[in-house]
Amino acid sequence: MTPAQLYALVGIGLFFVGLYALGVRQHLLPRILALNIMGSGVFVVLVALARRSDGVDPVPHAMVITGIVVAVSATALALRLMLRVAHATGSATLTDTGDE
Amino acid sequence: MTGVVRWAFAGLLAVLAFGLASVVLQIPGTGSALRSQVMAQLPQSGVDHAVTAVLLNFRGYDTFLELVVLLLALFGAWGLSDSIDEAPLDTDIDVLTELVAFLVPVLIVVAAYLLWVGAYSPGGAFQGGAVLAGAGVLLSLCDPGWRSRRVERIGEVLLVPGVLVFLLVGLASMLLGGQFLEYPRDMAGSLILLVEGFAMLSIAVTLHTLFAGTPRFGGGA
Repeated sequence: MTPAQLYALVGIGLFFVGLYALGVRQHLLPRILALNIMGSGVFVVLVALARRSDGVDPVPHAMVITGIVVAVSATALALRLMLRVAHATGSATLTDTGDE
Repeated sequence: MTGVVRWAFAGLLAVLAFGLASVVLQIPGTGSALRSQVMAQLPQSGVDHAVTAVLLNFRGYDTFLELVVLLLALFGAWGLSDSIDEAPLDTDIDVLTELVAFLVPVLIVVAAYLLWVGAYSPGGAFQGGAVLAGAGVLLSLCDPGWRSRRVERIGEVLLVPGVLVFLLVGLASMLLGGQFLEYPRDMAGSLILLVEGFAMLSIAVTLHTLFAGTPRFGGGA
Protein backbone atom coordinates (compact mmCIF):
# COMPACT_ATOMS: atom_id res chain seq x y z
CA MET A 1 0.00 0.00 0.00
CA THR A 2 1.33 3.41 -0.95
CA PRO A 3 1.12 6.40 1.42
CA ALA A 4 -1.39 8.00 -0.97
CA GLN A 5 -3.66 4.96 -0.62
CA LEU A 6 -3.33 5.09 3.16
CA TYR A 7 -4.42 8.74 3.13
CA ALA A 8 -7.35 7.83 0.89
CA LEU A 9 -8.42 5.15 3.38
CA VAL A 10 -8.15 7.67 6.23
CA GLY A 11 -10.36 10.02 4.21
CA ILE A 12 -12.97 7.27 3.75
CA GLY A 13 -12.79 6.57 7.49
CA LEU A 14 -13.41 10.25 8.28
CA PHE A 15 -16.35 10.30 5.89
CA PHE A 16 -18.06 7.36 7.57
CA VAL A 17 -17.31 8.56 11.11
CA GLY A 18 -19.07 11.77 10.12
CA LEU A 19 -21.95 9.88 8.51
CA TYR A 20 -22.42 7.80 11.67
CA ALA A 21 -22.56 10.93 13.84
CA LEU A 22 -24.96 12.54 11.37
CA GLY A 23 -27.34 9.60 11.77
CA VAL A 24 -27.00 9.14 15.52
CA ARG A 25 -26.87 12.63 17.01
CA GLN A 26 -30.02 14.66 17.51
CA HIS A 27 -28.58 18.10 18.29
CA LEU A 28 -27.92 20.17 15.18
CA LEU A 29 -24.47 21.41 16.18
CA PRO A 30 -22.84 17.95 16.16
CA ARG A 31 -24.72 17.25 12.95
CA ILE A 32 -23.20 20.32 11.27
CA LEU A 33 -19.79 19.27 12.60
CA ALA A 34 -20.44 15.78 11.24
CA LEU A 35 -21.12 17.18 7.78
CA ASN A 36 -17.85 19.10 8.00
CA ILE A 37 -15.95 15.97 8.96
CA MET A 38 -17.54 14.11 6.02
CA GLY A 39 -16.48 16.94 3.74
CA SER A 40 -12.93 16.87 5.11
CA GLY A 41 -12.86 13.14 4.41
CA VAL A 42 -13.80 13.78 0.79
CA PHE A 43 -11.08 16.44 0.52
CA VAL A 44 -8.48 14.02 1.91
CA VAL A 45 -9.54 11.35 -0.61
CA LEU A 46 -9.33 13.84 -3.49
CA VAL A 47 -5.90 15.14 -2.49
CA ALA A 48 -4.60 11.63 -1.90
CA LEU A 49 -5.83 10.33 -5.25
CA ALA A 50 -4.32 13.36 -7.02
CA ARG A 51 -0.90 11.79 -6.49
CA ARG A 52 0.05 9.95 -9.66
CA SER A 53 3.15 8.05 -10.63
CA ASP A 54 4.57 10.99 -12.58
CA GLY A 55 3.61 13.84 -10.25
CA VAL A 56 0.58 15.51 -8.75
CA ASP A 57 -2.61 16.14 -10.71
CA PRO A 58 -3.49 19.82 -10.05
CA VAL A 59 -7.18 19.52 -10.94
CA PRO A 60 -8.33 17.79 -7.71
CA HIS A 61 -6.22 20.24 -5.71
CA ALA A 62 -8.04 23.16 -7.34
CA MET A 63 -11.36 21.46 -6.59
CA VAL A 64 -10.42 21.07 -2.92
CA ILE A 65 -9.39 24.73 -2.60
CA THR A 66 -12.74 25.91 -3.90
CA GLY A 67 -14.48 23.21 -1.86
CA ILE A 68 -12.96 24.39 1.41
CA VAL A 69 -14.23 27.93 0.92
CA VAL A 70 -17.69 26.70 -0.06
CA ALA A 71 -17.72 24.38 2.97
CA VAL A 72 -16.87 27.26 5.30
CA SER A 73 -19.62 29.48 3.92
CA ALA A 74 -22.15 26.63 3.92
CA THR A 75 -21.24 25.92 7.55
CA ALA A 76 -21.81 29.55 8.47
CA LEU A 77 -25.22 29.45 6.79
CA ALA A 78 -26.05 26.18 8.57
CA LEU A 79 -25.09 27.67 11.94
CA ARG A 80 -27.36 30.64 11.27
CA LEU A 81 -30.18 28.25 10.41
CA MET A 82 -29.49 26.32 13.61
CA LEU A 83 -29.67 29.52 15.68
CA ARG A 84 -32.95 30.36 13.97
CA VAL A 85 -34.37 26.90 14.76
CA ALA A 86 -33.22 27.24 18.36
CA HIS A 87 -34.79 30.68 18.56
CA ALA A 88 -38.09 29.53 17.07
CA THR A 89 -38.56 26.21 18.86
CA GLY A 90 -36.47 26.54 22.00
CA SER A 91 -34.16 23.64 21.13
CA ALA A 92 -31.57 23.13 18.43
CA THR A 93 -32.91 19.76 17.32
CA LEU A 94 -35.16 18.67 14.50
CA THR A 95 -38.02 16.50 15.71
CA ASP A 96 -40.87 15.01 13.72
CA THR A 97 -44.16 16.79 14.15
CA GLY A 98 -46.24 15.09 16.81
CA ASP A 99 -43.12 13.61 18.33
CA GLU A 100 -43.30 15.72 21.45
CA MET B 1 -32.22 5.73 18.27
CA THR B 2 -32.05 2.58 20.38
CA GLY B 3 -28.88 0.62 20.95
CA VAL B 4 -29.74 -2.16 18.51
CA VAL B 5 -30.57 0.28 15.73
CA ARG B 6 -27.32 2.13 16.35
CA TRP B 7 -25.30 -1.04 16.05
CA ALA B 8 -27.16 -2.01 12.89
CA PHE B 9 -26.49 1.46 11.47
CA ALA B 10 -22.80 1.25 12.39
CA GLY B 11 -22.61 -2.20 10.82
CA LEU B 12 -24.21 -0.98 7.60
CA LEU B 13 -21.78 1.93 7.43
CA ALA B 14 -18.84 -0.41 8.07
CA VAL B 15 -19.91 -2.56 5.12
CA LEU B 16 -20.25 0.50 2.91
CA ALA B 17 -16.86 1.84 4.08
CA PHE B 18 -15.24 -1.51 3.33
CA GLY B 19 -16.75 -1.57 -0.16
CA LEU B 20 -15.68 1.99 -0.89
CA ALA B 21 -12.17 1.33 0.44
CA SER B 22 -11.75 -1.71 -1.79
CA VAL B 23 -12.88 0.33 -4.81
CA VAL B 24 -10.49 3.18 -3.98
CA LEU B 25 -7.58 0.76 -3.55
CA GLN B 26 -8.20 -0.52 -7.07
CA ILE B 27 -7.76 2.94 -8.61
CA PRO B 28 -4.36 2.77 -10.30
CA GLY B 29 -1.86 5.35 -9.10
CA THR B 30 -0.24 5.32 -12.49
CA GLY B 31 -1.12 7.39 -15.51
CA SER B 32 -1.27 11.13 -15.35
CA ALA B 33 -5.04 11.77 -15.33
CA LEU B 34 -5.50 15.42 -16.32
CA ARG B 35 -1.99 16.36 -15.26
CA SER B 36 -0.40 15.95 -18.68
CA GLN B 37 -3.05 18.16 -20.31
CA VAL B 38 -2.60 20.85 -17.64
CA MET B 39 1.18 20.75 -17.94
CA ALA B 40 1.01 20.93 -21.75
CA GLN B 41 -1.12 24.08 -21.63
CA LEU B 42 0.58 25.68 -18.61
CA PRO B 43 2.91 27.99 -20.61
CA GLN B 44 -0.16 29.60 -22.22
CA SER B 45 -2.05 30.14 -18.97
CA GLY B 46 -0.24 33.28 -17.83
CA VAL B 47 0.92 31.76 -14.53
CA ASP B 48 3.55 29.17 -13.63
CA HIS B 49 1.67 27.29 -10.92
CA ALA B 50 -0.58 24.50 -12.12
CA VAL B 51 -3.26 24.81 -9.41
CA THR B 52 -3.60 28.56 -9.97
CA ALA B 53 -3.76 27.96 -13.72
CA VAL B 54 -6.59 25.44 -13.25
CA LEU B 55 -8.47 27.70 -10.82
CA LEU B 56 -8.22 31.01 -12.63
CA ASN B 57 -7.79 30.03 -16.24
CA PHE B 58 -8.67 26.48 -17.36
CA ARG B 59 -11.58 26.15 -14.95
CA GLY B 60 -12.15 29.85 -14.34
CA TYR B 61 -15.87 29.36 -14.85
CA ASP B 62 -16.06 27.08 -11.79
CA THR B 63 -14.19 29.61 -9.68
CA PHE B 64 -16.45 32.40 -10.89
CA LEU B 65 -19.56 30.46 -9.90
CA GLU B 66 -17.96 29.57 -6.59
CA LEU B 67 -17.66 33.25 -5.74
CA VAL B 68 -21.37 33.50 -6.54
CA VAL B 69 -22.04 30.61 -4.13
CA LEU B 70 -20.17 32.53 -1.42
CA LEU B 71 -22.41 35.53 -1.97
CA LEU B 72 -25.54 33.36 -1.94
CA ALA B 73 -24.54 31.82 1.39
CA LEU B 74 -24.03 35.31 2.75
CA PHE B 75 -27.45 36.49 1.55
CA GLY B 76 -28.99 33.42 3.17
CA ALA B 77 -27.24 34.17 6.44
CA TRP B 78 -28.34 37.79 6.28
CA GLY B 79 -31.92 36.74 5.77
CA LEU B 80 -31.74 34.77 9.01
CA SER B 81 -29.72 37.17 11.07
CA ASP B 82 -32.53 39.14 12.69
CA SER B 83 -33.93 38.32 16.09
CA ILE B 84 -30.90 36.30 17.11
CA ASP B 85 -29.51 37.33 20.45
CA GLU B 86 -25.77 37.08 20.44
CA ALA B 87 -23.96 36.80 23.72
CA PRO B 88 -21.62 39.74 24.33
CA LEU B 89 -17.97 38.84 23.94
CA ASP B 90 -15.49 39.24 26.73
CA THR B 91 -13.10 41.57 24.95
CA ASP B 92 -11.14 42.84 27.91
CA ILE B 93 -8.29 40.33 27.64
CA ASP B 94 -4.81 41.82 27.58
CA VAL B 95 -3.14 38.87 25.88
CA LEU B 96 -5.73 38.90 23.10
CA THR B 97 -5.53 42.61 22.38
CA GLU B 98 -1.72 42.67 22.49
CA LEU B 99 -1.48 39.63 20.25
CA VAL B 100 -4.00 40.98 17.76
CA ALA B 101 -2.28 44.36 17.58
CA PHE B 102 0.88 42.48 16.63
CA LEU B 103 -0.69 39.87 14.35
CA VAL B 104 -3.09 41.85 12.18
CA PRO B 105 -0.45 43.87 10.28
CA VAL B 106 1.56 40.67 9.78
CA LEU B 107 -1.53 38.86 8.46
CA ILE B 108 -2.25 41.64 5.98
CA VAL B 109 1.29 41.35 4.60
CA VAL B 110 1.01 37.55 4.51
CA ALA B 111 -2.26 37.80 2.56
CA ALA B 112 -0.71 40.11 -0.02
CA TYR B 113 2.29 37.81 -0.29
CA LEU B 114 0.07 34.74 -0.78
CA LEU B 115 -1.83 36.53 -3.53
CA TRP B 116 1.36 37.48 -5.37
CA VAL B 117 3.15 34.19 -4.92
CA GLY B 118 0.13 32.26 -6.28
CA ALA B 119 1.44 32.85 -9.79
CA TYR B 120 4.32 30.43 -9.33
CA SER B 121 3.86 28.43 -6.12
CA PRO B 122 1.02 27.44 -3.76
CA GLY B 123 -1.04 30.48 -2.85
CA GLY B 124 -3.65 32.68 -4.42
CA ALA B 125 -6.92 34.47 -3.83
CA PHE B 126 -8.54 31.86 -1.59
CA GLN B 127 -5.57 31.44 0.70
CA GLY B 128 -4.96 35.18 0.91
CA GLY B 129 -8.65 35.88 1.43
CA ALA B 130 -8.86 33.31 4.22
CA VAL B 131 -5.86 34.86 5.99
CA LEU B 132 -7.34 38.34 5.62
CA ALA B 133 -10.70 37.13 6.94
CA GLY B 134 -8.85 35.56 9.88
CA ALA B 135 -7.31 38.94 10.66
CA GLY B 136 -10.79 40.45 10.58
CA VAL B 137 -12.15 37.76 12.90
CA LEU B 138 -9.30 38.41 15.36
CA LEU B 139 -10.17 42.10 15.32
CA SER B 140 -13.83 41.28 15.90
CA LEU B 141 -12.91 39.16 18.92
CA CYS B 142 -11.21 42.20 20.46
CA ASP B 143 -13.65 44.83 19.30
CA PRO B 144 -16.94 43.55 17.78
CA GLY B 145 -17.85 46.95 16.36
CA TRP B 146 -14.60 47.76 14.56
CA ARG B 147 -15.92 47.26 11.06
CA SER B 148 -18.99 49.42 11.32
CA ARG B 149 -16.85 52.16 12.89
CA ARG B 150 -13.69 51.92 10.81
CA VAL B 151 -14.72 51.05 7.30
CA GLU B 152 -18.49 51.66 7.42
CA ARG B 153 -20.01 51.07 4.00
CA ILE B 154 -16.75 50.21 2.24
CA GLY B 155 -16.74 46.78 3.83
CA GLU B 156 -20.14 45.98 2.37
CA VAL B 157 -19.29 47.44 -1.03
CA LEU B 158 -16.23 45.18 -1.16
CA LEU B 159 -18.48 42.09 -1.17
CA VAL B 160 -19.29 42.59 -4.84
CA PRO B 161 -16.12 43.30 -6.91
CA GLY B 162 -14.87 39.71 -6.72
CA VAL B 163 -17.79 38.50 -8.82
CA LEU B 164 -18.13 41.73 -10.78
CA VAL B 165 -14.51 42.02 -11.96
CA PHE B 166 -14.49 38.31 -12.84
CA LEU B 167 -17.66 38.80 -14.88
CA LEU B 168 -16.34 41.93 -16.62
CA VAL B 169 -13.04 40.25 -17.48
CA GLY B 170 -15.00 37.30 -18.85
CA LEU B 171 -17.22 39.54 -20.98
CA ALA B 172 -14.23 41.61 -22.12
CA SER B 173 -12.48 38.47 -23.34
CA MET B 174 -15.63 37.69 -25.36
CA LEU B 175 -15.47 41.16 -26.93
CA LEU B 176 -11.85 40.49 -27.87
CA GLY B 177 -12.95 37.47 -29.86
CA GLY B 178 -12.56 34.62 -27.39
CA GLN B 179 -15.02 32.56 -25.36
CA PHE B 180 -16.28 33.66 -21.95
CA LEU B 181 -13.20 33.88 -19.68
CA GLU B 182 -10.85 32.93 -22.53
CA TYR B 183 -8.21 35.53 -21.72
CA PRO B 184 -6.02 36.95 -24.50
CA ARG B 185 -2.74 35.03 -24.22
CA ASP B 186 -0.37 37.93 -23.67
CA MET B 187 -2.60 39.55 -21.03
CA ALA B 188 -3.53 36.40 -19.15
CA GLY B 189 -1.03 36.88 -16.31
CA SER B 190 -2.10 40.42 -15.43
CA LEU B 191 -5.81 39.62 -15.87
CA ILE B 192 -5.47 36.68 -13.48
CA LEU B 193 -3.76 38.90 -10.91
CA LEU B 194 -6.51 41.52 -11.32
CA VAL B 195 -9.28 38.96 -10.90
CA GLU B 196 -7.50 37.35 -7.97
CA GLY B 197 -6.87 40.65 -6.22
CA PHE B 198 -10.53 41.62 -6.17
CA ALA B 199 -11.57 38.03 -5.47
CA MET B 200 -9.29 38.00 -2.42
CA LEU B 201 -10.84 41.18 -1.02
CA SER B 202 -14.38 39.92 -1.64
CA ILE B 203 -13.64 36.48 -0.19
CA ALA B 204 -12.12 38.07 2.91
CA VAL B 205 -15.04 40.44 3.44
CA THR B 206 -17.62 37.71 2.75
CA LEU B 207 -16.06 35.27 5.20
CA HIS B 208 -15.70 37.95 7.84
CA THR B 209 -19.29 39.07 7.35
CA LEU B 210 -20.46 35.47 7.73
CA PHE B 211 -18.65 35.42 11.06
CA ALA B 212 -19.60 38.86 12.31
CA GLY B 213 -23.01 39.38 10.74
CA THR B 214 -24.22 42.80 9.74
CA PRO B 215 -26.60 44.73 11.97
CA ARG B 216 -27.16 47.18 9.13
CA PHE B 217 -28.99 44.75 6.90
CA GLY B 218 -30.04 42.25 9.51
CA GLY B 219 -32.67 44.46 11.05
CA GLY B 220 -32.01 43.09 14.53
CA ALA B 221 -29.12 43.51 16.96
